[in-house]
Amino acid sequence: MADPSPNQTRDAGTEDRRTGFDDLLAGSAFVVLGLAFAIAAARYDVGSALQMGPGYVPLALGAILAALGLVTVGVGVRARMRPDPAPAVVDDLHEEAGPVPWVRGGLLVAAILVFGLTVRGLGLAGTLFLTTFLAALAGHRNTPVKAAIIAAGLTVMSLVVFVALLQLQLPVVGTWLGG
Amino acid sequence: MDLSGLALGLETALQPENILFCLIGVALGTAVGVLPGIGPTATVALLLPLTFNFDPVASLIMLAGIYYGAQYGGSTTAILINLPGESSAAVTALDGHQMAKQGRAGPALATAALGSFFAGTVATVLVALFAPPLAAAALKFGPAEYFALVVLGLIASISLASGSTVKALAMIVLGLLLGTLGQDLYTGVPRFTFGVRELYGGLDFVSIAVGLFGLAEIIRNLEHRHRSAKQMITKVENLWLTRGEFRQITPPVLRGTTMGSLLGVLPGGGHVLASFASYAVEKRVSKSPERFGRGAIEGVAGPESANNAAAQTSFIPLLTLGLPANPVMALLFGAFVIQGITPGPNVIDDEPVLFWGLIASFWIGNLLLVLLNLPLIGIWVKMLAVPYGVLFPAIIAFATIGTYSLGQNPWDVFVIAVIGLLGYALIRWGCEPTPLLLGFILGPLLEENLRRAMIISRGDPSVFVTQPISAVLLGLAVVFLVVAASPSVRRKREVVFSEED
Repeated sequence: MADPSPNQTRDAGTEDRRTGFDDLLAGSAFVVLGLAFAIAAARYDVGSALQMGPGYVPLALGAILAALGLVTVGVGVRARMRPDPAPAVVDDLHEEAGPVPWVRGGLLVAAILVFGLTVRGLGLAGTLFLTTFLAALAGHRNTPVKAAIIAAGLTVMSLVVFVALLQLQLPVVGTWLGG
Repeated sequence: MDLSGLALGLETALQPENILFCLIGVALGTAVGVLPGIGPTATVALLLPLTFNFDPVASLIMLAGIYYGAQYGGSTTAILINLPGESSAAVTALDGHQMAKQGRAGPALATAALGSFFAGTVATVLVALFAPPLAAAALKFGPAEYFALVVLGLIASISLASGSTVKALAMIVLGLLLGTLGQDLYTGVPRFTFGVRELYGGLDFVSIAVGLFGLAEIIRNLEHRHRSAKQMITKVENLWLTRGEFRQITPPVLRGTTMGSLLGVLPGGGHVLASFASYAVEKRVSKSPERFGRGAIEGVAGPESANNAAAQTSFIPLLTLGLPANPVMALLFGAFVIQGITPGPNVIDDEPVLFWGLIASFWIGNLLLVLLNLPLIGIWVKMLAVPYGVLFPAIIAFATIGTYSLGQNPWDVFVIAVIGLLGYALIRWGCEPTPLLLGFILGPLLEENLRRAMIISRGDPSVFVTQPISAVLLGLAVVFLVVAASPSVRRKREVVFSEED
């Protein structure tokens, strides 16, 4: 887990505008999530301070999160409003963060969802192959053929480790295949 | 000092099967921790499901072994290919990799191993000395005090971290909110489950950890074509130190051990701070500071000892107060709970075999690390050559099987994807993942004690400030918060963290 922030020093003005933009996005996310939790919690029994219902704590926390989100947005707006104007293309300032890998990230998420959806039906062997194949496709140098080879290797390896060595009680062949 | 406790611990830890579990843990931890880009937190999260089938003592001994194995593996990666898995290993990479480039990889690795072993030994004794009295004091805590303690722990954990205090606070609260998901403890009402029965038990902490530290991290790495390890050092010889080198590393190891032991107890990035601080101190006291960054052996010895001492003493708050000091301790907290044990002051009396066995196993694990790693370095070097294109699909496979095997619940797997995406976005926007995990783990504890305290006080919230212990703890939390937010401290902290430049 490379920690990006502590050991890199940037030009202070650039830093302010960049984090300003990030603060706007992070703050908005916190406001939205906080409100969502608070609104949903208000529909449960909130109760009183003496007899707190299931909604009390989530409602309070949701409100706090939304408030902290507003503060973050405020900090971001202030950083963006500095007299020294921000350059037009903000994304260029993400030096150490490259462009969002939409396709690769999507493939990884798909790989994980496929595991959850098919593990019962296909069993461990088939699901693992699909999951590792989709994941391997996300690699920068991996072609479909190479991804299939990686997937086959990893499937065999995982089955050896988890089923043969660790004796996990997971069916290798699922119900869809008559296992 | 209660020697009977330590004797019981040694007796437990020295049982052949426990030595074996410790060995497996250390070996697995090193093997995964050595892989580039996988830090100790991700290693522990990925390997955690493997340990749940064993009895509590064996599984926790194995987990602790995985933790310090992963730490050591991370140092190896930092020294040999300059790709540190986490920020505390980044300090080791500064001079360690320079030494390796000069053909002194052997002495650098030996320094890391011996420094860590010494620090681990001292810190283990400290844990044995200080844990029992702290636990005894904490036993007197009622719900109000516990609530205050958890608040203090959460606040303190962000005061050491780098980055924005407000965003870190928001991440804690988001973690607390995610922790409320599932059936309410008192009324049984399912909260935020959207009618999905599989979510009634709440989110699994393994899903959260794997999503945040596994999936989110992989997506981040895929932003770039992976940095290939061009500067890889594959030749390792002279895995020992000369007498002169021994003399050179002794003072830094002693200083690093002292600093690490003290800082490790602090919640938050204690071990990260310890290794940065140790490096700064060694550079300052050195007669020839210009050698630092060019392969100074002191620059490896000090931070490695500090890091490892802190890794051991960070068990103190977990074992005595039930407060995880860092994300790995948060995962161990969850592992205790899965084994049916609530970490906290009761563990020492209710589970003396587990408590003392675990502490004694720290020392044995550190010894095994030295015995294992110096001869096996050739194998670890080979593992470093695994290309990222193979590595990350393997991580995905391990993460999904491991998480699914816990409860055979597909929703635990779906949660990895959701948390991974959320975590990726938030990390990209400059938020740290650690406070979220700590908040998630401690959320249920916080809510339970808040509600109990309010029932006992008949709905009077002043109980938190009129009870002396609770008032002091909350007061400390306020102090930590002010300190964390104050601009002058922030600047100083950045100086410590950027000392390497």
